[in-house]
Amino acid sequence: MNRFYTKLMLALLALAPQALLAAGPAMESAEKQSLNIPAIIMFLIFVAMTLGITYWAASRTKSAADFYTAGGGISGFQNGLAIAGDYMSAATLLGLTAMVYSKGYDGYIYMLAFFAGWPCILFLMADRLRNLGRFTFADITSYRLDQGKVRTMAAISSLTVVCFYLIAQMVGAGQLIKLLFGLDYEIAVVVVGALMMVYVTFGGMIATTWVQIIKACLLLTGGTIVMVLAMTQFDFSYTNLIERVTTLHKNGFALLTPGNLLSDPITAISLCMGLMFGTAGLPHILMRFFTVSDAKEARKSVLYASGFVGFFFNVIFLMGLTAILIVGQDTQFFEGGDIGGKIVGGGNMIAMHLAKAVGGDLLLGFLAAVAFATILAVVSGLALAGASAISHDLYARVIKKGKASESKELAVSKLASIALGIVAVGLGILFEKQNVAFMVGLAFGIAASANFPVLFLSMYWKGLTTRGALAGGYAGLICAVTLVLLSKSVWVAVFGNAQAIFPYDQPAIFSMPLAFIVTFIVSKLDSSRQAKAERDAFADQFVRAQTGLGAAEASKH
Amino acid sequence: MSTMNQRVINNPKFQNLVVKRGRYAWSLSILVLAVFYGFVLLVAFQPTLIGSPISEGSAWTYGVVGGLFIFISFWLLMARYVHRANGEFDAINQEILREAWKGEQQ
Repeated sequence: MNRFYTKLMLALLALAPQALLAAGPAMESAEKQSLNIPAIIMFLIFVAMTLGITYWAASRTKSAADFYTAGGGISGFQNGLAIAGDYMSAATLLGLTAMVYSKGYDGYIYMLAFFAGWPCILFLMADRLRNLGRFTFADITSYRLDQGKVRTMAAISSLTVVCFYLIAQMVGAGQLIKLLFGLDYEIAVVVVGALMMVYVTFGGMIATTWVQIIKACLLLTGGTIVMVLAMTQFDFSYTNLIERVTTLHKNGFALLTPGNLLSDPITAISLCMGLMFGTAGLPHILMRFFTVSDAKEARKSVLYASGFVGFFFNVIFLMGLTAILIVGQDTQFFEGGDIGGKIVGGGNMIAMHLAKAVGGDLLLGFLAAVAFATILAVVSGLALAGASAISHDLYARVIKKGKASESKELAVSKLASIALGIVAVGLGILFEKQNVAFMVGLAFGIAASANFPVLFLSMYWKGLTTRGALAGGYAGLICAVTLVLLSKSVWVAVFGNAQAIFPYDQPAIFSMPLAFIVTFIVSKLDSSRQAKAERDAFADQFVRAQTGLGAAEASKH
Repeated sequence: MSTMNQRVINNPKFQNLVVKRGRYAWSLSILVLAVFYGFVLLVAFQPTLIGSPISEGSAWTYGVVGGLFIFISFWLLMARYVHRANGEFDAINQEILREAWKGEQQ
């Protein structure tokens, strides 16, 4: 294992200069894309750092518990930062700044909905997640139900969510590196995928957590610096900023009026439901609850995480608004110097252009390097969540029925990480032209409809049975995926059809209640002997959920 | 069911804790959901109001002020909950577990 690692390091070192060389001709042809030395140095420092952490983590990752959950030894504050790191992805930074820039207040609504899920997770789910779960959230849904069937379903829906989320991250990564290095989009995506595979396979959860923590600190620092520097141009006055923004836009306060994006009530409510309850169904976020020692630390993690996230969202809102004036009136950021035309590097690059405008190449380099670290970290967290669904749920519990050796399970999870990396690269290339924040929205919609209802009912409702969980979970998943496929963003934009069959972008308002209703009705109608046993097993689960009795021992193994 | 779990369930303190903590958590959740979806409905049905200034000539619009209020107040509610759950409720929880272990040893 160690020898393999050394070989891999050497191979990477050998690759690096070639990658830089390859950037040469591509850059000459690209317009105004000069080599940004500070950015590249900081970017390489980050890569070296993440590899260093991975090397350190690899020596500490001995058991399956180390690999999946860092042995449960992360503190509440550390985990809070790591959750914030998982949540504040590059898609969040790039996509949401771009959304505020182009759609104004709609971006703020998006962020509010992202944020509003956290209180409910804390009040209703944090304790139970920690007390009942071990490696994956399927541990909880299958606690008293049929292991094989319920875990299969959880794995399928987890992987669907992971894939959608990965698309958003890969698109962000590709555009970012394209802008920085002048590399072709496809090559950039492949580089990210390759680095991520090395990193997850060897580092496991320990490395993922520490990279998340470092990256969250850097992201908070970088974003705040850009925001503060941008606000100096407005004497730190929000009033001053808004007055100038509204004089620039002829329609005055229209920018601060919800509209373009949330064109009708059903879209608005559906989007908010998807973002809010989706958070409670994201496999890589749920997994983070298993890395702390007990419910007390789990609660603290959520409090810290939401504090950082809430702060950062307001920073992003100010970044987007200041960018309207600072980036939106500067010819160097538009292709051919045509203000109001196409933005250099694509619409998602607003945050980067703002950094350059207020802090020069040095700040651009810093923020770009942070965004890159962010992508690596989030993609790794996603890959880890996806890999654990494959190895812990599908392989160890469904195929081997709990009889797989730990080393075999670990090997499978590493292979799964590599496979997921390849899939991510493929999907990243396919979805190049999509707005990345929007793709995250889709992932949330599916998480809210496929994972959340069954997870929630398994913790709260005694009457839930295997049949009910399966029917409801699959109904939610199929409904959400179908509606997304038939919506404008896929049916028209990807498949090139003229008219969308499903008129809304967000499926949650239909698919989430459907999942709840189907689960409820099928469970109620289930009068099998197995169903009775499952209902009777609720009391034991209830004691553990409430007190944590039995959870402490489980996390040590 | 294990005797340990049985002892926990039979402890009136456990029943008491479950009711008290549950009621607290649910009422906070309902408050949060009501405020948030109330706001979303305003956004959906009264977009002009959301986009209008809170007073004549002010740069602060209802939407931004309301949004900022939601960010801050929700976080304060969370801090209150964590304070109570990690202090008061966890102390009772430990007590219940201690009593159950004591029963196990007898």
